[in-house]
Amino acid sequence: MSGIFASLLDGLLVGCVYGLAAIGLNLIWGVMGVINLTHGAMIALGMFGIYLLFSSLAVNPYILLLPILAASFAAGVVVYWMAVYRVVGRPALMSLLSTFAVNMMIIGIGTTLWSTSPYNVNFNLPGFSLGPYTFTGNHMAAAIAAVIIAGALQLFLYYTRFGRAIRAVADNREAAELMGISSTRVLMAAFGLGIALAAAAGGLIATLFPFTILSGGVYQLRSFVVTVLAGLGRPIGALFAGILLGLLEGAVTPFIAISWIPLIEFGLFVVVLVLFPRGLFGRNA
Amino acid sequence: MRRIFTLFVFALFCWTAARAQQTVTIGFTVSNTGSLNVDSLEQYRGFELWRDQVNAAGGIKAGGKSYQIKFVTYDDESQPQRVQQLYTRMILQDKAQFLFSPYSSGLTATAAIVTEQNGKIMITTGASEDRTYKLGNQYLFQMFTPASEYLASALDALKAKDAHTQVAFVYADDSFSSAAAAAGKAYAQKIGLKVVFDEAYSPDTTDFGPIIDKVIASKATALAGGGHYADGATLARQLYSRKAKLEFLSLFVAPDSPKFTELGDAAYGVTVPSQWEVQSVYKTQLGPSGEEFAQAYTAKNHSAPSYESAGGYAAGLILQHAIEQAGGVDTAKVAAALNSTDATTFFGQTKFATDAKEHGLQLGHTMVLAQWQKDKSGQLEKQVVWPEQAQSAHIVFPIWQGPAKTIAQAQKAK
Repeated sequence: MSGIFASLLDGLLVGCVYGLAAIGLNLIWGVMGVINLTHGAMIALGMFGIYLLFSSLAVNPYILLLPILAASFAAGVVVYWMAVYRVVGRPALMSLLSTFAVNMMIIGIGTTLWSTSPYNVNFNLPGFSLGPYTFTGNHMAAAIAAVIIAGALQLFLYYTRFGRAIRAVADNREAAELMGISSTRVLMAAFGLGIALAAAAGGLIATLFPFTILSGGVYQLRSFVVTVLAGLGRPIGALFAGILLGLLEGAVTPFIAISWIPLIEFGLFVVVLVLFPRGLFGRNA
Repeated sequence: MRRIFTLFVFALFCWTAARAQQTVTIGFTVSNTGSLNVDSLEQYRGFELWRDQVNAAGGIKAGGKSYQIKFVTYDDESQPQRVQQLYTRMILQDKAQFLFSPYSSGLTATAAIVTEQNGKIMITTGASEDRTYKLGNQYLFQMFTPASEYLASALDALKAKDAHTQVAFVYADDSFSSAAAAAGKAYAQKIGLKVVFDEAYSPDTTDFGPIIDKVIASKATALAGGGHYADGATLARQLYSRKAKLEFLSLFVAPDSPKFTELGDAAYGVTVPSQWEVQSVYKTQLGPSGEEFAQAYTAKNHSAPSYESAGGYAAGLILQHAIEQAGGVDTAKVAAALNSTDATTFFGQTKFATDAKEHGLQLGHTMVLAQWQKDKSGQLEKQVVWPEQAQSAHIVFPIWQGPAKTIAQAQKAK
């Protein structure tokens, strides 16, 4: 019995990080209608950002999330002007292709700089034991950090003028412009914010697991599942959907081989798409 | 007239020298990128050292000619589909006369289809799965001890230390790891060890938490398995951080790399079935001694060689020997020379099966079990711990009773 509880707790902790990773994708998709295929690469850049800063400064990696958030927001703005600005509102294939091209550029440069050998952030917080099971401090810290960042985003979107502007543009871009909101500025900020959240999630994942420049791909796929579960336009819903996905993994792994997990996750993806096309936490769900 | 004669003699000398100095082209792919990157690069450095040393000594001398070695290499990205394209390209466009295998059994199985179709010799190293050599191939020659024998030493050592141990098998679901683990499980049951858990994982797994929870729930006291560097190192690290109280841990491939010391305390006590260790001393008939190889390798690459590096160098030595015996680079003659090879290099004995049912399978080479221990200054060092007649240090057993304590206890015990 304690084995199932341990597995569920593991699922809950990792699920928080899955959720944070998906929030960025959800935000960009929901606000701009752009399926951002640089998401995985940005998660990987967040991993390397934390690794490089931690290796050179030897500062607590959770504090280093702040410069990572700032730098990745700026990187997101650059990518927005470079590859997204001209394709917003155009057919979805255009944005898919342009973000995919940027994704390939980042992976190419990353491979040249860091190869595809695995890297680790050698930072360990003391954990706690429950019978024979041990939960690392890094897992708990990453889950708490993910919840704090997601909560801060929720407050920003609902209780600040600029956050409300983002939601207004997501609801109806033309109406928002008629109200005097500069939609280009809002979209740029939303894209930067989405990228910053992806990179922060990458930074947290780097404190848990080894990574390469290609590691973001796995989390990008999971982010799609979480986004579909959550529904578009509800970033906080993505956190709950991530936790739900983590708990589902935790609930089934004691009974089946873990190689079946992707099948269950993507089976769920299809089922939710068919039965709840707006997601479990989406608007009008 | 005398001047013309001198010029004629000089031209004749140049022509003869040019005829005598020829090139032999060897093709292979390297996983510069992808999950096999670490092990594949170490193998490549072994090939490279062999080539540089032979070329510096004037090349391979056979049939009165001297052959400079030329490599044709590409990045296979650790992907079988790239291997298929690139081995075809190396044979048809780059005119490679001989091939070395890519790293890993999976990629080699793909490359072998291409080399056999084209009737080209491929010396395989870093590719130990048995099945590829039982498909009727004629030009495939294996350097490594087959996968089916990988875990025998580890399980023998475990049985000798604790006959009542409960073993968990956790391994990557690639062809090599699955084959080695399946054979290990059968062997464990044969020698009376209790197998309490058996599960495969995807080689790109980074979160072993769910599997480790299951290992703990199974009450296993020993774990054998792993895959290649990336997943094996991660599994060892997470077993340590989650304080899985195992008395014995043996992983394929990963712990053999010098990079494994980056795990720090998590590396301590981990064992690896090894194709070669610098402590393995053989009476060499060909090439350098193990110590000479290790010194030259370390001087060139600024890191100690792994068994993948040693396998790469030894593959070159065996091909060189066969070309010398054949008196040239004719494929049929070199294949015949390889079939009759029974030679000992610093890597150990090399002898290939010539029976059609398992042609090319390695018969002569044997493995040892190595373990990461600590020297007097507390630095990690690898020791050969099994078989007993080959050991350079006694095996540390049990390894973990709560990690930090055990290291201190083990050091005290030493």
